[in-house]
Amino acid sequence: MDNAIKIDAATYKDLLEHYIKTRDEQSLYGAEQVSKSFIKKQILPDEIVNLYIQAMAELYPEMCKDVQASMDFLLETMIAYGLAHQEYQNLREEQLTLKSEISVAANMQKTLLGTTKPEIEGLDIGVVSVPAHQMNGDYHHFVKGEDGSLGIAIADVVGKGIPAALCMSMIKYSMETYPEESTSPKKMLTNLNKVVERNVDPGIFITMFYTHYLPSESTLRYASAGHEPGFYYNAETDSFEEIHSKGIVLGVTPDTEYQQYELPIYPGDMVVLLTDGVTEARDGERFIETEELLDVIKQYADLPAQEMVQQVYKHFERLQDFQLRDDFTLLILKKQV
Amino acid sequence: MEPQSFVEIKEEWDIVGARQMGRNIAKEAGFGTVDQARIATAISELARNIYLYAGSGTISYEILEKMGRKGLIITATDSGPGIPDLSLVMEDGYTTSGGLGAGLPGVKRLSDEFDLRSEEGKGTTVQCIKWVR
Repeated sequence: MDNAIKIDAATYKDLLEHYIKTRDEQSLYGAEQVSKSFIKKQILPDEIVNLYIQAMAELYPEMCKDVQASMDFLLETMIAYGLAHQEYQNLREEQLTLKSEISVAANMQKTLLGTTKPEIEGLDIGVVSVPAHQMNGDYHHFVKGEDGSLGIAIADVVGKGIPAALCMSMIKYSMETYPEESTSPKKMLTNLNKVVERNVDPGIFITMFYTHYLPSESTLRYASAGHEPGFYYNAETDSFEEIHSKGIVLGVTPDTEYQQYELPIYPGDMVVLLTDGVTEARDGERFIETEELLDVIKQYADLPAQEMVQQVYKHFERLQDFQLRDDFTLLILKKQV
Repeated sequence: MEPQSFVEIKEEWDIVGARQMGRNIAKEAGFGTVDQARIATAISELARNIYLYAGSGTISYEILEKMGRKGLIITATDSGPGIPDLSLVMEDGYTTSGGLGAGLPGVKRLSDEFDLRSEEGKGTTVQCIKWVR
């Protein structure tokens, strides 16, 4: 760095001298270039002031002592700025390291929580889940039973950030530990509630909607733990209705029992499951209305389920200026005709 | 080696005295203007830490000549409460977040060599060396 300063010192002095003589724009442009080179070489503000002082002393050996003293005064006031500058530099580097560590964690989360969309006869499934930041606080999971049935969980951690996102892997592994319960939404939630209550920090809550579908009966059985209600599209009446369910979020009290509901579905019907990142999408400062969401879904209803959810996501991504405020998970089931 | 000089820190006013002595010694030793200002700033931080957290202590100066190089050793000693978590005070943004100053990481940046020892309930010693460029 010392060498760099010496080279720049010569240029600096020449430019300064030239400018004092000519007052031309070219020297000022040169000053700008030198300044950028200083920044690049991480030369501190106090060093630059010192360069100036030295250059002036060489150019004007007879300079008035008072002015000289005033420049030393200026130098003194720059020292702390130099320190602060170094500190910011360091904090910025630390921030970059942190960011890359988080992205490693996010990738790991993706691997841990990965789930494959199963092929179920007569059912077209589409799902999209996009985190607002690096780590996803939403979660969905498919469990395919040996009897050809399908269990679907969709969940949202209340209390954002990395710890919240991490506790989702616990949920996933708990779900996989109780395969016999995947056929009973009520039992599944009752069990998960115990796991969350025992193991998760009191500041973190998890909402979950769990549903089980048996193709031979064409019926959805479901239960909800305080999760954002989904919607049922009735092809016959060509209308949506909210899927009603009651149940407290996971992890509040250890002995919660959940209620189970049934919903028969017919060819052409759709079931829309989502997280609040979808229903609370915002257009500027305004929250979107439910009708708006359902209109958009309906608009793409003729597409295969996967394309549908992608189009709906694109619509709201654009509406929110490509900056999601909350994790966005949308899952659509279409009963094929 | 020249005889050691030191300043006792008891009141805020003593910080100025410590700066003054440090700057004079640095100037005599042949430090440039920027380094004199940096040395003075480091001394300020050390002296202020003594004044604020230990109540009293000393700042001492020693000229060092080693392998044809000349340096200034500044040592701040106090018998105050000590620092329980050294890593924490050496973290950027920890002491400066309240706008108190450059803190110990700042002193470290201002020096070429830096050492910190602290014993809870016994006191703290900070030593830094600056070499003449």
